[in-house]
Amino acid sequence: MLRVDALTVRFGGVRAVDNVSFELAEGERLAVLGSSGCGKSTLLRAIAGLEAGDGTVSVDGTDLTHAAPDHRPIGLMFQDHALFPHRTVEQNVAFGLRMAGEADRARTRRVREMLALVGLEGFGGREIATLSGGEAQRVALARALAPAPKVLLLDEPLGSLDRHRRERLIDELPDVLQETGTAAIHVTHDHDEAFAIGDRLAVMHAGKLLQVGPPGEVWEAPTSITVARVLGHTNEIVDGSATVVWRADAMIVDPTGPHEATVDRVQFRGTSHAARLRTSDGRMLRFLLDDPPTVGDDVRFRIDPARVLRFD
Amino acid sequence: MVLLPIMFIGLFFLFPVGTVVGRGLGGEGLDAVGELMRSSRQRSVLWFTFWQAVVSTVLTLAVALPAAATVGGLSDRARRVVRSLVTVPFVLPTVVVAGAFDELFFATGLDSGAFRLRHTVWAILIAHIFFNYAVVVRVVGTAWAGLDGRQAEAARVLGASRWWAWREVTLPLLRPAISSASAIVFLFSFTSFGAVLILGGPRRATLETEIYRYAVSRTDLTGAAALAVVQLAAVLALVAVSTWLERRRPAPIRMARSTPTLRSRSGRWINAVVASALLGVPLAVLVERSFSTGTGYGLGHYEALGTRVRQLPAPATTALWNSVHYAVLATALAVLIGVVASVVVVHGRSGWRRLFDLGLTLPLGTSAVTIGFGMLVALDEPPVDFRTRWWIIPVAHALVGVPFVVRTMVPLLRSIDPSIREAAAVLGASRRRIRREIDLVIGARGALVGGGFAFAVSLGEFGATSFLPRRPDDVTAPVALFRLLSTPGDLLRGQAMALAVVLMVLVSVSVFVIESSHGTTEGSL
Repeated sequence: MLRVDALTVRFGGVRAVDNVSFELAEGERLAVLGSSGCGKSTLLRAIAGLEAGDGTVSVDGTDLTHAAPDHRPIGLMFQDHALFPHRTVEQNVAFGLRMAGEADRARTRRVREMLALVGLEGFGGREIATLSGGEAQRVALARALAPAPKVLLLDEPLGSLDRHRRERLIDELPDVLQETGTAAIHVTHDHDEAFAIGDRLAVMHAGKLLQVGPPGEVWEAPTSITVARVLGHTNEIVDGSATVVWRADAMIVDPTGPHEATVDRVQFRGTSHAARLRTSDGRMLRFLLDDPPTVGDDVRFRIDPARVLRFD
Repeated sequence: MVLLPIMFIGLFFLFPVGTVVGRGLGGEGLDAVGELMRSSRQRSVLWFTFWQAVVSTVLTLAVALPAAATVGGLSDRARRVVRSLVTVPFVLPTVVVAGAFDELFFATGLDSGAFRLRHTVWAILIAHIFFNYAVVVRVVGTAWAGLDGRQAEAARVLGASRWWAWREVTLPLLRPAISSASAIVFLFSFTSFGAVLILGGPRRATLETEIYRYAVSRTDLTGAAALAVVQLAAVLALVAVSTWLERRRPAPIRMARSTPTLRSRSGRWINAVVASALLGVPLAVLVERSFSTGTGYGLGHYEALGTRVRQLPAPATTALWNSVHYAVLATALAVLIGVVASVVVVHGRSGWRRLFDLGLTLPLGTSAVTIGFGMLVALDEPPVDFRTRWWIIPVAHALVGVPFVVRTMVPLLRSIDPSIREAAAVLGASRRRIRREIDLVIGARGALVGGGFAFAVSLGEFGATSFLPRRPDDVTAPVALFRLLSTPGDLLRGQAMALAVVLMVLVSVSVFVIESSHGTTEGSL
C-alpha cells in the first residue's frame, strides 16, 4: 500500500536518509529501530512531506512525491507530541477533521470515539497544559488517528514517558492500531518497544535500512555486524579475519567450560544479574546470569554456540 | 536601597505629575477640563490623537508583520544583524527623524502640490511607522523564531494548507507578542510629540503638542494641566485595558527548539526593499543634504556647527557636548534606579513588589511632555526649586529612561531558571553569593542593554526637555536642532542636517552596545 522507493534526503553534504526502499502492507506495523541520529526521524518527515528528498513515495499506487503534507493520506505523531497549546483536548483532536471539512455533528461524534479509543473519555474540555505526559501522548495519538489516515507515522511516541506508562502503552498501542486498521511506521531506539509493536522490524543505521524482516528472524539472524550491534550484541572478539559477537545471555557458567575470566563487577537487574568479566588478556565481557558470581572470583564458562554470530 | 527608587520616583515623578493632576482637577482646573471638553477644537484634538494612533498602529503592523515573519525564519546571526539595523530608527531622536522626512519631502517635491505630504497627517503616520517598525520586528520576530515549528507541521500533516496552518496555529501562538507590540506602538503614537510638532505643521495638533502650546506659547498653565489630565486618563485607560488583556492570556506556552522551516526567498527580498525604502531613504537624504553645500559636497555645514548663530543661545557644538554629558549622567541614574527597582519587582517581598510594579508602570505610561510639564509647575518653589537647575535635565531624561531599563531587566531576571539558583545553593553558595554570582552577572548584561537604550533616549529626548527653562549654555542638541529646523528659509537647513547626522551617529553607537550583548535581550524592547 505505502511504497517508498530509493528515498534520499540530503542536509548539506550529509545523506540523512540514504537510498531507502520498502513497502508497507494494509494494516501492517513496521518498527524502525535505530540509535539517535541514524536518520529515522528524517525518514518519517520525508514520508509525511515535511522534508524534500529524491526518490518516490506512493500510497495505493498514487505518486505523492511532490504532494504537500496536507495532500497526503498520512498522519504523523511527533516526538513530544506537538499538541496545540492554545486549544483544548477536543479542539486538538477535531483539528484534522475540521481541515477535512467534516460536518459539526460527525466531528463531535468522531472526537468522542477517538477519545474513548485511547481511554480519555470526558477529557474533551481539558487544557493541554493540564495533561500529564501519558495523557498528552494519548491525545496526540487520538489527534493523529481522527482523520483516519491510511498510514500513521509514529516518531518515538513513547520516548518521554516513564517506564511504567511506557509498558502500558506498548501494550495498548497495537490494539488501537488494530482496531482502526491503520498501517503504521513506528520509529524507536528501544528494542523491546520495536519487537512488541512491529509486525516487521527494520534496522536503520547511518541513513540506510540495513535489514528488514520479522522481529524474531532479525533478532536471531542479523545479516551484518552493524545490525548485530544495534540489536545489542555487546560482546565482540576478533578471531582471525572474522569478528565473533554474542549477546549477554549467551554465556553459560560451566566448571568444565573452555574459557576462564575474573568477575570484575556485578549489578542486580531484577530478573537477572549483569556481570562484567575480565579475561586474562584484559578484555571486558558482559553477561547476564541468574546466580550472581562473587566479585574477584575466577569463573569457567562456555558460550552457547547457537547464540554466537560470526561475520567475515 | 529600596528607598532610593521610591524617593527618586516620588520626588521627580509622582509629586510633579500629582501637582499637574491637582491643578487640572482642583477648582479652576475642573472648570477648565469641562470647558476643554466642550470646545470643538479640543474635542477634535482628542479625536485626532486617538485615530492617528489607531491608524499608525494598524499601518505599522501591516508593514512590519511580514518583516517579522521573515526575521523569524532567519538564522540567529542574520536575525541579530537585521535587529540592530531596524533598531537604529527606533532610538533615533524624533527631531532628527522629523527633520529627515521634512527634508525628504522637499527633495522629492512632496512639500507642495497635489501629492503634498509635508504638514499632512500622512507625514505623521509615515514617521510613526518609521519609529515603530523595530518594535514589531523585535517583539514579534523573536517570538516567531522561538515558536515550536513542529506545531505548524503537525497542522500541515493533519491536512491544513500553509495558510490555514498559519491562521490556526502560528497566529494564535503569536497573538500575545502581537498584542503587546500593538499596545506599545499605540502608546508611542498616542504620546508622540516631536514628530507631530515638526511634521504635522501648525494646524495639526495632538494632546501632546496642545499641552505644549498651552504651557509654553500661551503660558496658560491651568489649561495645559487640564489637557494633561485628559491625556493621563486616556493613557491609564489604555494601560488598564492592555493589562487586563494580558491577564486573560492562557497558560504560558512552552517553547521548544524550532525546526527550520522553508520560507520564501522572494518574501525576504520584498521585505528588504520595503525596509530600506522606509527606513533607509530618509536617513540617506539627511546625510546627503548635510554634505551638500550648494557648491558641491563638503564639510561646510559641519564646520559651521562650531560658530554661534542668532537662532541658538550657544554654538551647536556646545549643545552636542551638553547632550552627551547629560546622557552619561541620565544613563547612570536610570541604570541605578532601574536595576534596584527590577530586583525588587522580581525578588522583593510581595508588598514592595506590588507597589513597585504599579510605581514603575506609571512612568512608562506617562508621556515625556507630562513629565516635563509637571517638573515645570511643581519644582518651582523652595525647598524644591529645581526647575532652573541644570541637573534637572538629566534627571528628567533618567525618568524617561528608567522604564527601558526595567523592561529589559525584569524579563531577564525572571528568565533565570530557579534550578540554576538551587544548583548554586546545593554547591554551597549562600543567598548573598547566589545573588552576586548569578543574578548580578546575568543582570549586568540586561543593565548594559537597558543603559544603551537610556543613553539613546536621553540623547534624543525632546518632549520633557522642551518644557524646562534653562540657561542659554544648557541647551541640548535636539532642542537646538528643533530651533534650526523651525527657522524659515534655507539658511540654517544644512547646519540642521549636519547636527542631525552627528546625533544619529552618536545614537547608533548606543545601538551597537545594545546589540553586541546579543542573546540576552531577545524579545525585549
